[in-house]
Amino acid sequence: MAKTLFQKVWEAHTVRKLPNGQTQLFIGTHLIHEVTSPQAFGMLRDLGLKVKYPHRTFATVDHIVPTNELKEPYSDPIAQEMIEALRKNTKDYGIRFFDTTTGTQGIVHMVGPEQGITQPGTTIACGDSHTATHGAFGAIAFGIGTTQVRDVLATQTLALSPLKVRRIEVNGKLAPGVYAKDVILHIIRVLGVNGGIGYAYEYAGTTFDGFSLEERMTVCNMSIEGGARCGYVNPDQKTFDYIKGKPYAPKAADWDAAVARWASFASDAGCQYDDVKVFKAEDIRPTVTWGITPGQAVFIDEKMPALETLNAADRQTAEDAYAHMKLSPNTPIKGTKVDVCFLGSCTNGRISDLREAAKYLKGRKVSPSVKAIVVPGSQLTAIQAVHEGLDKVFTEAGFEWRGAGCSMCLAMNPDKLVGDQLCASSSNRNFKGRQGSQTGRTVLMSPIMVVAAAITGQVADAREVFKV
Amino acid sequence: MSLAKITQVKALALAVPGDDIDTDRIIPARFLRCVTFDGLGEHAFRDERTGPDGKERPHPMNSAQAARIAAAKKGVMVVGFNFGCGSSREHAPQSIWRFGFTALVGGSFAEIFFGNSTTLGVPCLTLSKEDLAECDAFVRANPDVEVTVDVEKLTVSAGAKTWKASIAASARDGLVNGKWDPIADLLEGAEPVAKTAAGLAYVAGK
Repeated sequence: MAKTLFQKVWEAHTVRKLPNGQTQLFIGTHLIHEVTSPQAFGMLRDLGLKVKYPHRTFATVDHIVPTNELKEPYSDPIAQEMIEALRKNTKDYGIRFFDTTTGTQGIVHMVGPEQGITQPGTTIACGDSHTATHGAFGAIAFGIGTTQVRDVLATQTLALSPLKVRRIEVNGKLAPGVYAKDVILHIIRVLGVNGGIGYAYEYAGTTFDGFSLEERMTVCNMSIEGGARCGYVNPDQKTFDYIKGKPYAPKAADWDAAVARWASFASDAGCQYDDVKVFKAEDIRPTVTWGITPGQAVFIDEKMPALETLNAADRQTAEDAYAHMKLSPNTPIKGTKVDVCFLGSCTNGRISDLREAAKYLKGRKVSPSVKAIVVPGSQLTAIQAVHEGLDKVFTEAGFEWRGAGCSMCLAMNPDKLVGDQLCASSSNRNFKGRQGSQTGRTVLMSPIMVVAAAITGQVADAREVFKV
Repeated sequence: MSLAKITQVKALALAVPGDDIDTDRIIPARFLRCVTFDGLGEHAFRDERTGPDGKERPHPMNSAQAARIAAAKKGVMVVGFNFGCGSSREHAPQSIWRFGFTALVGGSFAEIFFGNSTTLGVPCLTLSKEDLAECDAFVRANPDVEVTVDVEKLTVSAGAKTWKASIAASARDGLVNGKWDPIADLLEGAEPVAKTAAGLAYVAGK
């Protein structure tokens, strides 16, 4: 019988059926960070349990790490305490830790792929909802709560129910100035922020075939914003090429067998999906959010929706959103004044994002009214960017060049909006207060659109600014 | 470990309206700067409840009803659709539970939030859109009437009203049988786990 990748991975990792009807699922790879793991280690100690498969858990620090001071002790004592707690926990239990001093630290969803830990046909869990990022490699990867982090540490398994699979096909070539970020923002806008509840999203079609792994990661990353706990792309030659040579990639004699195994996990031709949605790449234009959920988005050259065009439930959320964002219905979002520009995050903090942004920024200046920061997602990305001279391009233009971490995506470190500042952000969430100020405002967009906003001091159409 | 069988929650209720209430709104990220869940209860919905000027805002969580629930350490929160979306932070259901809520009733719940709540022994039941509107209106109009969330019979009732509710079968099974925390079951499976691990080339180190 023809099967989806989801079904094949699920079956390969099924341990047994639990009395409540759920599946005990083996988690091949467990990723942890400083924010959602300390309580789990506490529970483990309270219960007198050990870490069952310590070599299958990998740790790094990302959420709370300051990006503007690289030496310890940090001036934020809580950051120091949380990092020390993870150092102790990983040492006590024999877990590999990609620490700040190793040159390999970074956002957990960047470290996995960079190290070759993220592989096709595997199950990956992490106490972070953007774990779906790893689905770009054909893995079933999803976020979990802290009690579940405990479950994985103690047993390397989770109690879960299978998801339905929705195939989301995007076919054709994206127009110049349109990026993977626009594709996922568009998908979420059309299918809704709760459209994916109960589903795994399989992204497919010629647009995805043409995407690099980094572009696929950008899309899979935001599956959760569409309500889907995981999203994936079937593995192909590009996937294998990306993994080859990475530190944790299978070596020499094991390589060919691994590739054959990985390829076998791809969804079979003729397999059944619970739902299929099809998009045309040429219909997608640069997309920005205007509200307080990632689904409240418009093309940059559209007006924000008039309230009377919305149904009752959406209208209520929209009224709330317009009030918070200090924006008006049925007006263009283009031209809205921007105070802060944030380039980074597990959605768009990779080397290809920095290269593309730098390409358009080179020789230009950040508007004097804008504070712009660029935060490479990982130390390896930062090192590569410096090697290519990208840091100079950013700093000469007026961006602040920072150390690696999550930074202003969720503002757990000192990188925060102040008051009702409006931030043009390459991150993934525009929730109220998300970027560290209760009244702060977030407009999500692609990296090149962030650069366009930084230069012009307003929400701008990068296609016009850069004549692409 | 032995856990209570959660078949029914009977308590005062509070309506916290709105769809797509994300976990950042339930517990802002600055409260994640901690290594335990202690003390999260008082900060549930902090930025919805308190303005930037530090003054209380009109919000259901600031009401006398909320205070009664906090004092009783039991209560039912009636919410909208896609409640708990966004970040996977267990700090969100932990803060709601530590505030005093012991059951939630809504239109739909984001999956990770739902799982995190169930594992805490906090049932999240869903009602149809029409029934939810009726339940919400009833709760606002009758703050002194206890609401019964029946996990076994799959109903939510208050006064003379009874609404048909639903919850994932596995979650219901875990709650009513006192096995809502799966750790005991998962630990029991150590032998088949080892077998599965041995069959996975990447885990076995091949």
